[in-house]
Amino acid sequence: MSIDPPLIKLRSIGVRIGAANILRELDLTVLSGEGVGIYGDNGSGKTTLLRTVATLLRPSSGRGMVLGADLASAERFKVRTRIGFIGHIPALYPELTLEENLKFITRVTGKSSSSIPVALETVGLSSASSRRVDECSYGMQRRAEFAREILRSPDLLLLDEPHTALDASAIEIVEYLVGQVTESGGAVLIVSHDRDRVAPMLSRVSELKAGMLS
Amino acid sequence: MMSFWDQVRAAVKRDLLRERRAGEVFWITMPFGSVALLLIPIAVGTDLPLLRRIGPGIFWIVVLFFGALIAVRRTGAETPAQRDLVALLGIDPAASFTGRVMAGGLLLSGFQVVAGIVAVLLYDIELDSWPWLFLIVPLTAVGLAGLGIVAGAITISLNASPALVPLLVAPLSVPLVVAATESTDVLSTGGSILPWLLLMIVVDLVLAVTGVLTARPLQETQ
Repeated sequence: MSIDPPLIKLRSIGVRIGAANILRELDLTVLSGEGVGIYGDNGSGKTTLLRTVATLLRPSSGRGMVLGADLASAERFKVRTRIGFIGHIPALYPELTLEENLKFITRVTGKSSSSIPVALETVGLSSASSRRVDECSYGMQRRAEFAREILRSPDLLLLDEPHTALDASAIEIVEYLVGQVTESGGAVLIVSHDRDRVAPMLSRVSELKAGMLS
Repeated sequence: MMSFWDQVRAAVKRDLLRERRAGEVFWITMPFGSVALLLIPIAVGTDLPLLRRIGPGIFWIVVLFFGALIAVRRTGAETPAQRDLVALLGIDPAASFTGRVMAGGLLLSGFQVVAGIVAVLLYDIELDSWPWLFLIVPLTAVGLAGLGIVAGAITISLNASPALVPLLVAPLSVPLVVAATESTDVLSTGGSILPWLLLMIVVDLVLAVTGVLTARPLQETQ
């Protein structure tokens, strides 16, 4: 029986931003099919951890592998397309409609735009597809980001405070996406300040305190 | 994954669509630039021979200032979250740079055409060999757009305010503005335009190579 290598393997990772040590000696392993939650207070380093795993920040110390790529090497650029990331500030173009934002995604990733209506339907935004992002509520923008990740179908999904501004029906979308990624052999890493909200949908949760996992 | 040029096309289309909706260049910068050209005769008087002589220089300085303004706006309009997304989509940073330069070049060309018509009418500039403008306008526009985008990326990587962009653009654009001014002057006074066109082409090429080579390192330090 073969054992799949971990999708995330961090060993003694440290991240320094300016004079501040945001992450310190952090170890984390996430296996294929796992959903892992990290909770912690504001300023504990949750977003920095997520951006490091997303290959957007280079660790200052330690060793990290994400989807088989070393975080300190140029390999990390190659795995980026397999990483889905939803931060707490929507990464949408405000002047474009929801549909145009998703069309941009399919255009640059080479995916078919025929799945856009289905993705919008899944997140309950079919009737708002031609609405400009700057005319949508924050909650709708969050839903549109989930539609984007449904289209991208990443192997590793990273969510930063996914419950913010979402109503009960939208929480089901988060659960659907988490289930879709983990069941297809991928992994999900969620950071949140609220342990109770993320724990039910995940395999395990850990606390991040002052840049260290406990 | 799409080819380099498919990604360039997507970036151009995105930027032009954003501008069409926001209308900052066409509804704010263009009228403002035209007003700036109108203010010069008020300041120096309506001495037509003088205006005719200094007109091309004034026009290109207005283009430089408003080109820098467009670069500042475009730098400020891109959020960190959008930059993260572009990185995670696997868009080649060089393709992203090229697309943004092409879109910026098109917008600046449009600005130059409108402001150019205003300048010709106000300053009574005679352009005997005006077809050369089909080369001068895009070469200057692409150069200024490239400078603005490189300066914007440097500003972001230094975590500085977009207000730094004009400070970087203005000195570096001197060869471009001098070449554009001299070549426009040659169109009305006669002489060889080729050395000035060559200078513009060299500046654009240097900027293109610099932009493409620094695109990835600048993206990674943002």
